Amino acid sequence: MTTARPDRFVGQSILRREDRRLLTGQGQYVADLVFPRMLHAAFVRSPVAHARIRGVDLSRAKTMPGVVIALSGPDLMRLLPPVPDTQLSLPEKWCTTVPHKLHNPQQPLLATDKVRHVGEAIAVIVAESRYIAEDAAELVSVDFETLPAVVDAQEAVKPGGSIVHEQLRTNIIGEFAIAKGDVDAVLARAPHKLKRRFYHHRYSGVPMECRGVVGVYDQRTDSVTIWSSTQVVHWLRREASAILDLPEGRVRVVAPDVGGGFGVKGHVYPEDLLVPFLARRIVRPVRWIEDRHEHLMCSTHSRDQTHELEIGFDNEGRILAVRDQFVADCGAWNPIGIGVVYNSAVHLTGPYKVDNLAVSARLVSTNKVPSAPYRGAGRPEANFAMERAIDLVAGALALEPAEVRRRNMIPASAMPYAIGLPYRDGEPIIYDSGDFPAGLEKALAAVGGVEPFRERQRAAWAKGRYLGLGIGCYTEGTGVGPFEGALVRIEPNGKIHVAGGACAQGQGMETVFAQIVADAWGVRPEDVTITLADTAAISMGFGTIASRSTVTLSAAIHYASEKLRKKVMSIAGQLLQRAVVDLELRDGGVAVVGVPGRRVSLAQVARAARPGWDHGRPVGVDPGLEETHYFEPQTVTWTNATHAAIVEVDIETGRVKIQKYAIAHDCGVVVNPMLLEGQIVGGAAQGLGGILLEGYTYDAEGQLLTGSLMDYLLPTASDIPDITLIHLESPSPLNPLGVKGVGEGGAIAPPATVANAISDALAPFKVEFNQTPITPEQIVRAANQF
Amino acid sequence: MLAGGQSLIPMMNFRIATPAAIIDLNRVPDLDYIRREIGIVRIGAMTRQRKIEFSGVIAETLPLLRDAIKLVGHLPTRSRGTIGGSLAHADPAAELPMMLEVLEGEVVAHGPSGERVIKASEFFRSLLATALTSEEILIEVRFPVMPGNAGYAVEEFARRHGDFAICAVAAVLVREGERCVKARLATSGTGPIPLRLKAAEGVLEQKGLGNAAIEEAAKVAARAVEPMNDQNGSAEFRRHLTRVLTGRALRRAAEGSG
Amino acid sequence: MSDLVDIKLTVNGTSYEGRAEPRKLLVDFLREDLGLTGTHSGCEHGICGVCTVLFNGEAARSCIMMAVQAHGAEITTIEGLAKDGNFHPLQGAFHREHGLQCGFCTPGMLIVALDFLRINPSPTEEEVREAMSAVICRCTGYRNIVRAVVAAAEMMRAKR
Repeated sequence: MTTARPDRFVGQSILRREDRRLLTGQGQYVADLVFPRMLHAAFVRSPVAHARIRGVDLSRAKTMPGVVIALSGPDLMRLLPPVPDTQLSLPEKWCTTVPHKLHNPQQPLLATDKVRHVGEAIAVIVAESRYIAEDAAELVSVDFETLPAVVDAQEAVKPGGSIVHEQLRTNIIGEFAIAKGDVDAVLARAPHKLKRRFYHHRYSGVPMECRGVVGVYDQRTDSVTIWSSTQVVHWLRREASAILDLPEGRVRVVAPDVGGGFGVKGHVYPEDLLVPFLARRIVRPVRWIEDRHEHLMCSTHSRDQTHELEIGFDNEGRILAVRDQFVADCGAWNPIGIGVVYNSAVHLTGPYKVDNLAVSARLVSTNKVPSAPYRGAGRPEANFAMERAIDLVAGALALEPAEVRRRNMIPASAMPYAIGLPYRDGEPIIYDSGDFPAGLEKALAAVGGVEPFRERQRAAWAKGRYLGLGIGCYTEGTGVGPFEGALVRIEPNGKIHVAGGACAQGQGMETVFAQIVADAWGVRPEDVTITLADTAAISMGFGTIASRSTVTLSAAIHYASEKLRKKVMSIAGQLLQRAVVDLELRDGGVAVVGVPGRRVSLAQVARAARPGWDHGRPVGVDPGLEETHYFEPQTVTWTNATHAAIVEVDIETGRVKIQKYAIAHDCGVVVNPMLLEGQIVGGAAQGLGGILLEGYTYDAEGQLLTGSLMDYLLPTASDIPDITLIHLESPSPLNPLGVKGVGEGGAIAPPATVANAISDALAPFKVEFNQTPITPEQIVRAANQF
Repeated sequence: MLAGGQSLIPMMNFRIATPAAIIDLNRVPDLDYIRREIGIVRIGAMTRQRKIEFSGVIAETLPLLRDAIKLVGHLPTRSRGTIGGSLAHADPAAELPMMLEVLEGEVVAHGPSGERVIKASEFFRSLLATALTSEEILIEVRFPVMPGNAGYAVEEFARRHGDFAICAVAAVLVREGERCVKARLATSGTGPIPLRLKAAEGVLEQKGLGNAAIEEAAKVAARAVEPMNDQNGSAEFRRHLTRVLTGRALRRAAEGSG
Repeated sequence: MSDLVDIKLTVNGTSYEGRAEPRKLLVDFLREDLGLTGTHSGCEHGICGVCTVLFNGEAARSCIMMAVQAHGAEITTIEGLAKDGNFHPLQGAFHREHGLQCGFCTPGMLIVALDFLRINPSPTEEEVREAMSAVICRCTGYRNIVRAVVAAAEMMRAKR
């Protein structure tokens, strides 16, 4: 059986089908949904970072006209079943391979005995309008007994201080260690060593659309539909079914148009469960739309790691051993368990050959907003430490940073390359493909080459101008399991309907997967419908996080299509009275190879496949043309990139201007080049925002100082330069299409790249920038300007 | 009082400002005009910043004001923001209060007991507080027409384009040969109110516009300010920026003068 | 709750009548009372720009205006850009240049670009960047938005 494909859609920059509705204001985000008799919720949120709740007085709120219900934590505890553990747990194989401890307290839907961060929800008010609900929320009084706030993760690990989760008797809620080789011995005898602290600060995705949930209860069927701006509909359904004590078949979760996620919407939040609970209790639709001020104080933060890194190297700059001990400040709760910090550990050495490695990590509770993955999910923090260290090694030996990278990079000829440590899926890490040195050369060429730059730099220094070149290289495991689901069905009209467990927040999935299906079936993308982010469309799915959907859903579609094609061919063979081996998919139908005109359309095959009277199926072939496949990836597939930047630093004002920024990127086979570039540039812009502008800061009492967009500075069009992209393509051997994940990569390297560039520019001052963000004032001080 | 609303309404949305009643000045007629008279320009307090930005009269008579207003937020905020609203709000990091100082403007206040004219030097009292009583509103802003041969420049340091100034300095210079016959300097972002840098002006008027005089004036300017510490910068950083931006503004203004 | 105030206004060429409390924001009035959900609310403090509409022909942030201020006004929202189902050149350019991903900031971007190009029909790329810095996007990194506005400007100049 061969499949002739006149046009291949994979690889083409097909324009997006999503655009029409989004460009004309016809998109449907959760805040756009209107249901009859819908009510509006607002939360009373803690103004203090750490306190016992002595009492919550809702009396004045309850009596305000327009208020329908007001509940506090204790009220809710009486009404709800016990809430199961909602965190994302790592597989058994990882748990038994990597020594670790994790005590992860479950966050209640509303705070009951204590509040543990400014912004934590204490009570919920449901009213006829959001304006009234907020008016009523102002009338709630809470009696707090304040406790000392835990705001410094380094201090929080020391005994004797305030404890965020007292039953644990410690703020260290997680720890693990991994090692290979013999770091102690090799470091001890290394010709050179250096040790530094690297700090990567607290920032996060801050999507343009805040979170939101609408719960709609149908009394006739005792079922609930949850509309949520989420990345994980099936996960939410599972948790909601437990909270509501309803079978999953009575709970439907849909993510409509979602205005950005970046990981921040990648897990189940208390509001996702509380709102549908209220809708069922009140028997009216309930809507909660997060406002921006709330978002900054209750949607998850990220990053915030302090690394103590020691690196041993020889006279040629070859890395002999690396020891890294780090602390991650995970805030008051921890929905994702140990995944992010483990990502940091195994992505630390990136594209470099490091035979002796020891990494240990501690996950620490503090009285801040909970942390969860944000684009990069632990990789940027590790990348920052390692890439800065590489530049420091170069500096110590008066070598070019690019040269030190070349000397340590795993060459393409060594692929597949076993790292000798397990990934968070429990499988041994094997770099399956990629040419790291080629990426490095192309990125450097794209910014004009090192030697020409050094000449320009010297000339500039002589004139009191400061130019710098920075590099950041990384590898990234993408397409992680456990699975993703695809349902492929041929409709009676011959069109192809595909449902998948992935959820979109702007990636263009409706377009990309239509391209893939079109190629699989020899049809045009217009003949394909893609349904995502709806638990009613496919019974099991995992969702979109961790740069996994292109890989896992494309594979699930491939295998489901393979199963379905066998059936289609068998039925077509009956219709055409030919052996299956003589048939091929052609022009939206099945045709006889080499015989023009002998063809049945997919619509005809679909009709023949029907159950009951007058069907056209051969004996032994079941009715229907629908197959579902759950793809369980063996393990992750590895992408890589090099970022290179040339900056000019004004040492009098500290302003950094990025003159050139290039990214040489390899994500395997590219489905839609235009959309791919959008993902990389978008990620890079967030990375640049992270190193130069963004940040969540707290004071000593745990008050969030960045509670508005006037304080949390997001990059604008004036802040992000044009970015040059170079593509390399090493197809993945681990999935049928050869694709790799691309969603997160762009955000991983910019902090290190820019920090390296600024440090290089200011080399005459012999300064190191080993923490983020890098502010103008820091630069001016480093250059001894006052 | 609702003028442009670009400061008031965000505060209401945060529920920090909870006025019992709002008087919408947008409905008051005849407060939106730009009139050139002999030697002065009169601008109605409710004139939108956007109108000032694109006004031919302003470009000709007050080009420094036009340059500065392009730094105020973004075009959509200038569509609504008014000159009177910005001056009455008196944000310490705003550009228009600094313009009133450096251009030696004055405002006209209107209250129950009639109108009074308040000079720039008397208008800004302390942080977010002006000489207006609670019963007065601004109705007009007046500026003397800039000398035709004046050099001028505004230098601002902000984290992003359109943000409030961490430090800004504005300069107007009139030169006669080698002499500086008139120097006006003011700063924003470096203290609770915009500041005329009179001592620095004196240095230039005495010593001219050569590099040494400009550097000295910049140092004197830095000593004159009493900046605040906040998340965007320390007091020392602001003091340093005052020196740097004064120097840059003066060099640019000197090039354009005479 | 205060007394409701009558509001009569024109949006995208259509007359509307409504009533709202004085404190109701214009963005909420457009979305909830008039059902025009194309304009989005991103921050409610006038920083992010996704709520931008044309108010009497000029781009303005509707989250920091009260609905009652729109009495007698002419407003254009994203729903008013296409004519008879045909894209405005800006919409076409954003589509071809991939100037949107999640689409949440797109209404603001289009309106700001529309206003800007009326004032400056032949902008440099630098001028476009500066103008588009009035709206924040978290998805695209701005590169394609700038390209789209430059391309639209060229198309719009050619039409005239």
